[in-house]
Parts: sequence; structure tokens; C-alpha cells
Amino acid sequence: MNALRRNVLKSAAGASAVAVAVAAGLLKPTQALAAWNKSAFEAKNVGDALKGIGISGPSDSKDITIKAPDIAENGAVVPVEISSSIAGITGIAILAEKNAQPLVGNFGLAGGATGFISTRIKMGQTSLIRAVVSAGGKSYTSAKEVKVTIGGCGG
Amino acid sequence: MAEPMRIRATMAGDVADVKVLMNHPMETGTRKDAKTGQLIPGHYITEVTATINGAAVLNADIGPAVSKNPFLGFKVKGAKAGDKVAVSWVDNKGDKNSTEATIG
Repeated sequence: MNALRRNVLKSAAGASAVAVAVAAGLLKPTQALAAWNKSAFEAKNVGDALKGIGISGPSDSKDITIKAPDIAENGAVVPVEISSSIAGITGIAILAEKNAQPLVGNFGLAGGATGFISTRIKMGQTSLIRAVVSAGGKSYTSAKEVKVTIGGCGG
Repeated sequence: MAEPMRIRATMAGDVADVKVLMNHPMETGTRKDAKTGQLIPGHYITEVTATINGAAVLNADIGPAVSKNPFLGFKVKGAKAGDKVAVSWVDNKGDKNSTEATIG
């Protein structure tokens, strides 16, 4: 049983809140317990976020390239491109280490998808952008610092 | 979901370069409305999936730290011009959107 289901069902309050929401039509039953990895995305540090997506102790790798600006003009839109030639890549995770919730996205790759993800992320402050690549049952990581002058997470 | 998703897929050698631009506010839930002072509730895409000719190539879990109007680029080796790439997303409110394009 995945962690989210366990946590929701564990607490009576959680179960009844979900039941009320489902009854009110706000949550469809499958979506209420759908796969979004809340515990990983709400983790407040990199270690917990990685644990949430099933990764521990990734080894540093020089075969991961992180293309991102040295200084981000706008912390709300920081272009980040991760590429890696490690064989058999099955996933790339992107984290902004100093964001209140570091995990930005976890990209599962299959078929002929290569080790490449390009996107734009929000950064709250100057931080390391960390890429974690999963391949062949192992994980690899690299990081690059991006300086942020105006934070982009609001609040 | 005011505007449709845009996809551009082109071949570079034997690799399809796919770029997607999704239309979504990606509200983190920590921003305050300037007029009312109330927190704007979180509203963000949680999952993006892509297939080529029906076969899964990308299954991404994303969160509110992805920028508004998410841009996503990925590459698929072995795809060919004429193949159909389909991308769809679901957000935390259960809204969804999807679109399809032919690799040029």
C-alpha cells in the first residue's frame, strides 16, 4: 500500500475529510488517492524528498550536465536543462535545495526517451539546483548553483 | 485552461525533439491576493504524460515549483517523422488537458 493511502486511511480525520470531499463531488474517488507523491513534494529537505521518491545515497557523477543561468534574473522562471549520457536512464528528478519544498519534479522516462529534460522552475533564493538521475537501478547526482536576486515563490 | 497546449516535435537525426508549452497558473498556494490579503489556493499540474504512437515515453510528477505556464522539453530516440506524440496533464483539482501533434 503506498504511503499516501496509508497516511490518509490511518487518521480518522483524514478518512472522513476525504469521504466528505468525495461526497461533495470535490474529489473523485480515484483522484483522492491518486499517485501524486505528496510526501515527496512536501518534504522540507533534499534527503526526505529523495527518500519519498525511493532514492537514497545517489553517487556524484560527472556525466550529468545542468544547464541553468549562473544568475537568475527572475526567480519565478528559471530555465533548467538536465542532460546525461548515462546508459539506461529511467528517471530524472530536479530539486532546488533551498526551496521550502525542494522537489520540483520527478520525470520518469521510458521507451526511447533519452536522458534529457528541459523546463522552467521557481526558486525562492540562491541555491543549488540538483539533478538526480536513475539508471540501471542506481542513482547519480550533480548540482549547480544558481544565484537568485528576486525570489520567485511568492509568499 | 484558456488556451490549448502547444506542442512542437521535430526530428534531429534519429532523435525527436519535443517541446510542450502548457497553459496553467501553477499557483503554489503561498501567494496572497494583493487586494484581499487572502491566500490564493494552490492550483498546479501534478502529472504530465507523453506517448509516441501510443507507447509511453514520459511520466512526470511535478509540483507547484514548476513555473507558471509549464514548459517541458524532452527527446525520444528512434521516433520518426510522421509519428504521433500525445501529451496530457492532470492538476490537483482534477482538471485535465491533452493534445497531440505529428512529428515533423
